[in-house]
Amino acid sequence: MSHDHDHDHDHDNELDPMAARVRALETILTQKGLIDPAAIDAIVDTYETKVGPRNGARVVARAWNDPDYAEWLKRDATAAIASLGFTGRQGEHMQAAFNTDETHNLVVCTLCSCYPWSVLGLPPVWYKAPPYRSRAVIDPRGVLAEFGLTLPADKKIRVWDSTAELRYLVVPQRPSGTEGWSEDDLASLVTRDSMIGTGFALAPDQKGPAA
Amino acid sequence: MNGPHDLGGQMGLGPVAPEVDEPVFHAGWEKRALGLTLCAGAFGAWNIDESRHARENRHPVDYLSSSYYEIWIKGLERLLLRHGFVSQRDLAQGRAVDGAPQPKRVLKAQDVAGVLARGGPCDRPVNAPARFKAGDKVLTRNFSPAGHTRLPRYARGRRGTIEAVREGFVFPDTNAHGKGENPQWVYTVVFDGREIWGDDADPTLTVSIDAWESYLEPA
Repeated sequence: MSHDHDHDHDHDNELDPMAARVRALETILTQKGLIDPAAIDAIVDTYETKVGPRNGARVVARAWNDPDYAEWLKRDATAAIASLGFTGRQGEHMQAAFNTDETHNLVVCTLCSCYPWSVLGLPPVWYKAPPYRSRAVIDPRGVLAEFGLTLPADKKIRVWDSTAELRYLVVPQRPSGTEGWSEDDLASLVTRDSMIGTGFALAPDQKGPAA
Repeated sequence: MNGPHDLGGQMGLGPVAPEVDEPVFHAGWEKRALGLTLCAGAFGAWNIDESRHARENRHPVDYLSSSYYEIWIKGLERLLLRHGFVSQRDLAQGRAVDGAPQPKRVLKAQDVAGVLARGGPCDRPVNAPARFKAGDKVLTRNFSPAGHTRLPRYARGRRGTIEAVREGFVFPDTNAHGKGENPQWVYTVVFDGREIWGDDADPTLTVSIDAWESYLEPA
């Protein structure tokens, strides 16, 4: 059991109810030989350190720099993304949604929390929570405003509700002033939110730790 | 089911409140909850649709007041009980009291990377040509099944356009209930915002869903 939360209490006597409940379940299943606790560690490590939005940023940067790759990504996102080594759970069937001057794309799962794990990692809490899931499909401009985004009044908004096993990756528009940039440098401008549709790619002068 | 999880268009649930520099997990138990859920899924005793339905088929007050991984753990306990891997006595005592059936697989640490990289594709061959093609006008069915479905309430009885014919996918409405995979063609269907929300909707809005063929009729 991990103890890497930072509040101060006696773990032997003061487990909060969910921590106690989950620990009991892990204990029962481990005692029955049904669970290998080290497998849980390996799963957690995968999504904490290996699979996350840097994967998706590589895909977007490649698409910005390589028109042939962008075409492939439009036509067969699953294969194009797999060619960069990103496959697997909750990315088995991928579709890319390219932002254009005319249309901004936004991805949601109103029914649960479907999200392209293979390229973005585990979803943030807000993506899984009722406010975003309820409002993205009826008031996307209001939602985007909470992320600090304002779209032109005549810009079309396409909301993709992930109701089946297709998983969507938004390809944000390439920021101006990045002509001739390397893929590595371009990838540093691609935030997680820009690949959900709740953000834009960073401008060159905003470059920094990506969200 | 017309359950609490079917949230599209509901109002009054508050601001989105994105968290700056959000950690992947917010407590140690969330990590174990994720890992337990994936390890138990590897037993092969249930599928993702049964798993989703176990999380969603809850009292609305319980669903809406539970955190995300709390819902996962409540759903997991239900699945483990249903399939006999844990008993009420086990849960009451917090230790293994009763026996359990042998699952098809116990996920070992050294197999995690391979299992996650393979994932669980749900595309299947369909023994019939696709009924619709891109550009076709369709009407979504209006129904209120008591069991699992992936047609959201806001998109029932609406006129839309087929944008893309996808693949044959396992049909959740039967698969969630042990009634077989029954794969069907899946289509991306696009609706004008005003068709769904009425005349006051954002005129620039279109919404798409991915719909199994039996959710659709020609329009």
